[in-house]
Amino acid sequence: MTALTISNLSKTYKNGYQALKNISLDVEQGDFFALLGPNGAGKSTTIGVITSLVTKTAGKVRVFDSDIDSDPEQAKSYIGLVPQEFNFNGFEQVKHILVTQAGYYGMTVAQAEPRADELLHQLGLWQKRHSTARSLSGGMKRRLMIARALVHKPKLLILDEPTAGVDIELRRSMWTFLQNINEEGTTIILTTHYLEEAENLCRKIAIIDQGKIIENTDMKSLLNRLDRETFILDLKAPLPTDINLNNFNFERIDDTTLEVELERTENLNTLFSLLSEQGIEVCSMKNKANRLEELFLSLVETTEITS
Amino acid sequence: MNATKYQRHWVAFNTLVTREIRRFLRIWPQTLLPPAITMTLYFIIFGNLIGSRIGEMGGFSYMEYIVPGLIMMSVINNAYANVASSFYSAKFQSHIEELIVAPVPNYLILAGYVAGGTARGLFVGIIVTIVSLFFTQIPVQHLFVTCSMVFLSAILFALGGFINAIYARSFDEIAIIPTFILTPLTYLGGVFYSISLLPEFWQNVSMLNPILYMVNAFRYGMLGESDIPVGIAFTIIIVCIIALTSFALHLLNKGTGLRN
Repeated sequence: MTALTISNLSKTYKNGYQALKNISLDVEQGDFFALLGPNGAGKSTTIGVITSLVTKTAGKVRVFDSDIDSDPEQAKSYIGLVPQEFNFNGFEQVKHILVTQAGYYGMTVAQAEPRADELLHQLGLWQKRHSTARSLSGGMKRRLMIARALVHKPKLLILDEPTAGVDIELRRSMWTFLQNINEEGTTIILTTHYLEEAENLCRKIAIIDQGKIIENTDMKSLLNRLDRETFILDLKAPLPTDINLNNFNFERIDDTTLEVELERTENLNTLFSLLSEQGIEVCSMKNKANRLEELFLSLVETTEITS
Repeated sequence: MNATKYQRHWVAFNTLVTREIRRFLRIWPQTLLPPAITMTLYFIIFGNLIGSRIGEMGGFSYMEYIVPGLIMMSVINNAYANVASSFYSAKFQSHIEELIVAPVPNYLILAGYVAGGTARGLFVGIIVTIVSLFFTQIPVQHLFVTCSMVFLSAILFALGGFINAIYARSFDEIAIIPTFILTPLTYLGGVFYSISLLPEFWQNVSMLNPILYMVNAFRYGMLGESDIPVGIAFTIIIVCIIALTSFALHLLNKGTGLRN
């Protein structure tokens, strides 16, 4: 079943700026879907239209079996939104925010309180349940927004840059949390500037740039398109001055660090054989840049050149 | 969640009203205390000190005469201010988005905020009534007229506050109408005097002031005395409520001030 269907969606703001240009997109139920794009590409506008925060100029949006125009209440009831900016009442208590939000979805206090308690425990906010939202740290505020979006058990969770400004430890714990709820059946759409995050979490990906979808595929196929990768090798001993790596492009970064570029047709075994023959031992190896990042930049740059 | 659509709407409405009431109770030094203090000063200065020299008005002591008007003035101001301030703050802090993304129809959003404003208006009205009992006896001649007029007036001005908040783009813009329109209309609406004291021309001008009808109908409910026919007052207020409700819903459906 399709969780989200966007057909020929356009949005032109009052000032004439065309944020979305006839985009179409499907997200299947159960997907963990990345919607990526540079700043101002149209990601937040797309999310705004899906969640009724932005009025579309043209096109159709369906959430599961419901059209957002003809059956907005049903469509909204499927969605949980974690927006980019903090948008709760800072003067309200953390638990009140969750119970109130649940109430808007028709959950009575008796139904909402246990659900709020469960989420407060899961997201590490239990100790802060009676604190006002404005007294929370930045990371806690992010988690509060996730808890609020999940309080009514949405079938489709939309996260607009949920880990912006969050430290790496918390970011990783949020990844685990999101992976768990996706495994439990919640469809997730994620926008992020951390491409490592999208690569680790998402199975499907769409890239939007200048209001158009320029790529819409699964993550594996996209990454397979990468025709070259650059690796950084940490060596056990200083490099000899005259090393020979045949056709591999390489650069000596310092005495014990080597940067090697591999074409898609080449393989690492050949490289390691050449290094071993010359008595060079490798301690560790990493990608110079995130693979998705390299692809993303090449795709976005191509659009900018052709437009 | 197997509840019917109407049960879910009822829960959503209750949630919104509860949140609104909790808000004005939480900030009671800003919402409930000031009208109590202000009205106490009105009763002391206008009712006791100046009123004792004015003598009777409409067959009642001046204190008795101004009590209904002052209660109504408090109700009107607080019903208006509650919605204007709460809804504008929700826009300003963006937490109105919590409601927009939820399956809450626009008429329920309007009803919830207006009910919250009406609740504060009536709450303050009760406080002012209690304060007034320290200064004078308050007879209630027509209980239904008294209660229904104060209730309808609170609804009407809560609707006004809502429309003001929809259009407002800054906190200044939610202060302009109460300061420059509401307060003058209230003071000139027969709170402190009977329009029969005015020259005929100004009596006719006063008849254009809707607050005059509310104050007089409310005074009629309490004292049995009014400058205008009570039936006309009810007709005007009901027509105004219908008109403002329709306009507020139109603005909400269009997304004015709320959606891009």
